[in-house]
Amino acid sequence: MINAMASKKRTDTKQLEREMKIGSRGNRIASGFAIIVLILVSYLAAARNQDSAQKQRESVYAPLAKAPQKAVIRRNPLENDREAVVAGGKLFEIHCAECHGDMAEGGRKAPSLVSDEVQRATPGTLFWVLTNGVVRRGMPVWSKLPEPQRWQIVRYLKSLAPPKFAQ
Amino acid sequence: MKFIWTAFFVPFTTALLAAFAAPALAQESPYIVAYDHYLEEPGSLEVEYFSTFGTQRGGNDFTAFWAEFEYGATAWWTTELYLDGQTTFSDSTVFTGFRWENRFRLLQLEHFINPVLYIEYEQTSGADKILKEVEGHDVESDYAPPNRVLEREHDHELEFKLLLSKSFKGWNVAENTIATKNLTGGNPWEFGYAVGASRPLGLKASPKLCNLCRENFIAGVEMYGGLGDRHSFGLRDTSQYVAPVIAWNLPSDWTFRLSPGFGLNDNSHRFLLRWGISREFSGFGQMVERLFGGGKS
Repeated sequence: MINAMASKKRTDTKQLEREMKIGSRGNRIASGFAIIVLILVSYLAAARNQDSAQKQRESVYAPLAKAPQKAVIRRNPLENDREAVVAGGKLFEIHCAECHGDMAEGGRKAPSLVSDEVQRATPGTLFWVLTNGVVRRGMPVWSKLPEPQRWQIVRYLKSLAPPKFAQ
Repeated sequence: MKFIWTAFFVPFTTALLAAFAAPALAQESPYIVAYDHYLEEPGSLEVEYFSTFGTQRGGNDFTAFWAEFEYGATAWWTTELYLDGQTTFSDSTVFTGFRWENRFRLLQLEHFINPVLYIEYEQTSGADKILKEVEGHDVESDYAPPNRVLEREHDHELEFKLLLSKSFKGWNVAENTIATKNLTGGNPWEFGYAVGASRPLGLKASPKLCNLCRENFIAGVEMYGGLGDRHSFGLRDTSQYVAPVIAWNLPSDWTFRLSPGFGLNDNSHRFLLRWGISREFSGFGQMVERLFGGGKS
């Protein structure tokens, strides 16, 4: 009787150990699954953030794409004027640096102008944006500056381009 | 008392701003009466002081003066507060009231003609002589009585203007149509106009910062006058003026304006000499934000 009871107890213990093993394997699977889900969620979140940052970036520079073709193809009449860069730099410091930063690196209120998007844009496009502003986003129209001064600013902006964008 | 307060308030405010906000060289138009379609840059505050000396037949000559605080709320909305006063020679110096003006840009992009809507509320006395707007049947003899008599009249006016302006080849041409309703009494709608044309003396900027560079000077001319009222529209019994204008934008952040004005008919003051000085402070909005704990950087 005692032997039978001991044997039963051993069987129960084995059963328990087996169940525990199964349970622990289940836990491991669950943990693994949770980690995978977590990684997936993080990845999706990161991707979404990146997507949102990309969208925001695209949206900040969207006005460049709104320039009509006629404006895009305009050439800078001061392209070969050596003084235009210096004069444009002076005008930039006076009128633009407050929002776009002293080195056109961008600030809280306005985007960088040394970015690829701006440097890839044609002088005509930059002239068009400068003339019309981006009123909805807080950039005033600058048509109050005479045309030559706006072209001087464009010339300065283009001079900030890294070599790959040089005209 | 109010006058003394105003006289001290303007320089005090300017000094305070000079200490805390960054000044910015503005490309200010030379107009004193007419408006073009350019608004104040967002977040910038322009503090201005203007004065008008006027000759007066049948009364004493006067100097009227006003302070303007012009703030760029957004790129499409500028709001402005005026405080007016005047000294009539051999009479007295009085505070004559305030105006609150708002200008709204109606179109986002630049067009062939650019419209801006102007709405102003003003609470002034009959002694107000700044002649910033000439409308209705305003004539020289209205300003002849002594200040104590003129001060009895109180005006609460709503003023609407449609500002049309265009810039091309360095020139700016502006036209303003004015409609005013005095809310006190049963006064009819009154009308007026102002037109202006101006151009910088130099279109290209010179490479160096300089005070006397041609591009720092903008010269032009403006013309303004009344157009009668709803019952009698036209030029009859109105005053009309023409005034050359010049603005000098200094790299040291100040703008000076000067404008001698001439009456064009017998109802007009023969001569008005206006001058003004202004300084623009960019980043004023951010400065206020920082003062109140906002504006994360």
